[in-house]
Amino acid sequence: MKIDSHRINCHKIAEGQAEGEVLISQDDICFYLVNPEDGVVIEKDHSLEGQSIAGKVLIFPSGKGSSVVQADGLYQLAMQGTGPSAMIIEYPETVLVASAIIMEVPLVDKVDRFFYEQVRDGDRIELNADEGYIRFLNSSSIANN
Amino acid sequence: MRLTKAETAMVEGCYGEGVAVAMKVLVAIGEAFEAEKMVPISRAHVALSNQEADLWFAEKLVSGGAKCLVPPTVNPGFNLEYFQEVTTISPEDERIIKRTREAYRRLGATLTYNCTPYLENNIPRFGEITAFSESSATPFINSVYGARTNREAAQSALCAAVAGRTPEYGFLLSENRMGDYLVEVKAEMKDDFDYNLLGYCVPLKAGHGTPVFSGLPSQITPESLMNLGAQLNTAGAVSMYHIVGFTPEAPTLKDAFNGGEPSKVVVVTGDDLLEMRQKLSENARRIDFVMLGCPHLSIRQVKEIARLAEGQKFKTEFWVCTSFTTKELAERMGYLDVIAKAGGHVVSDTCIDQPCWHHLKGKVGITDSPKCAYYTKRRGLQFLIRNIPDCVGAAVKGEIDS
Repeated sequence: MKIDSHRINCHKIAEGQAEGEVLISQDDICFYLVNPEDGVVIEKDHSLEGQSIAGKVLIFPSGKGSSVVQADGLYQLAMQGTGPSAMIIEYPETVLVASAIIMEVPLVDKVDRFFYEQVRDGDRIELNADEGYIRFLNSSSIANN
Repeated sequence: MRLTKAETAMVEGCYGEGVAVAMKVLVAIGEAFEAEKMVPISRAHVALSNQEADLWFAEKLVSGGAKCLVPPTVNPGFNLEYFQEVTTISPEDERIIKRTREAYRRLGATLTYNCTPYLENNIPRFGEITAFSESSATPFINSVYGARTNREAAQSALCAAVAGRTPEYGFLLSENRMGDYLVEVKAEMKDDFDYNLLGYCVPLKAGHGTPVFSGLPSQITPESLMNLGAQLNTAGAVSMYHIVGFTPEAPTLKDAFNGGEPSKVVVVTGDDLLEMRQKLSENARRIDFVMLGCPHLSIRQVKEIARLAEGQKFKTEFWVCTSFTTKELAERMGYLDVIAKAGGHVVSDTCIDQPCWHHLKGKVGITDSPKCAYYTKRRGLQFLIRNIPDCVGAAVKGEIDS
């Protein structure tokens, strides 16, 4: 089956499109506790501690933390080019939503369950928030579909 | 979203580019949350931060000619004039704080520079529709006053203040304000500090949603509630909580869940709180500085510090951050004098996460606030977490006992 045809539905929060490698976080994210120089998460005991989010399509449950630093964290990452290329969340909350809209980072939620069952770190995916779909590009996880 | 004629005109730039930017952001948020319309707000609080994104966005609105339709109170940056007396502020940091002040002044904000507006200057009534950003402010006004706000970002609250409205969704609607899960508190809540630990602990244990607390004492101070909200929104993202028999929308357990069942029950014990404190604290004995006031301390807390500091000499740097009104009160009541004689500073208009603390980089501090320890990690500050009496004791001895 052509991988092309396999579009997985999602819901647009912040507009835009991106392609990139997936990085999955089990924990909620506060972008202020990410080092802008290299995109490495510095929060103690975070599931991504020590890993870089730069250029990744970041999959995580939700945002967390103060109402100011989320935007500033994303802003500094954007200035250094070390921010995520797009974000996929499960529980939208206003601080992250507003920050993504203002900082113009594509953000979606309400992704089909199928996607979460298949997706793994390192998969390459295309995310189109405007048209509301996600597509696996070269993942082994779509081989059987 | 369905916009009125006036709102459409705002989006189209008829009221200037700044208003258009603000309205476009609000519409995008409304669409993300599937709001049907905008509703007027009567109050706002903007978590000004004097950080790059904050200044960039505020100046963008200023250059578009925006003025706040609903003047918001604002958070602190830092007190430039005070810190220039005691440390070195770089020319760059001086320029930025001056630009931040100027931007918010031109936007027509009420320049309170205080992060506890719900205790003074900006107190909503029950049911009032507002847009409040700031970790401890959002849950305080939703939960304690029964006013209504979503967990606004600093920027979305500023957009709402400029436009005088916000999309109607989430915690503005009655059906979304009920509790999700129950937190049975089995810990003895001895002081305001225990609420700091409880607040940090709950999102880690329970995950997402609106907590309903049972088992808390029948008397809870405003400072305890301030701490609870601040930490719930450091470890997690909690717009609102209920305390059964205490907060206005939860007279009974049944009311808190609107007749339904909790999705889960989480128990918090005294051991959980102690473990949380250990986990959040650096392992050290010698202390270089004390930092209190995240969120800004109330007059009752400043009074407690003065009582503990009476006749003492601090071996460490000692900082208390508070509002300009509380500082004025503390001066009148003689507390400032007592704290100053012990060698401590009480500073207004200042947040713990600002460039004015540059001189503390790499040093070990002690604070009562996990929030303070969390955000200052970026600035290379390390912290132990203890209650206020232990923090003052550490200042006197230069170290902690255990």
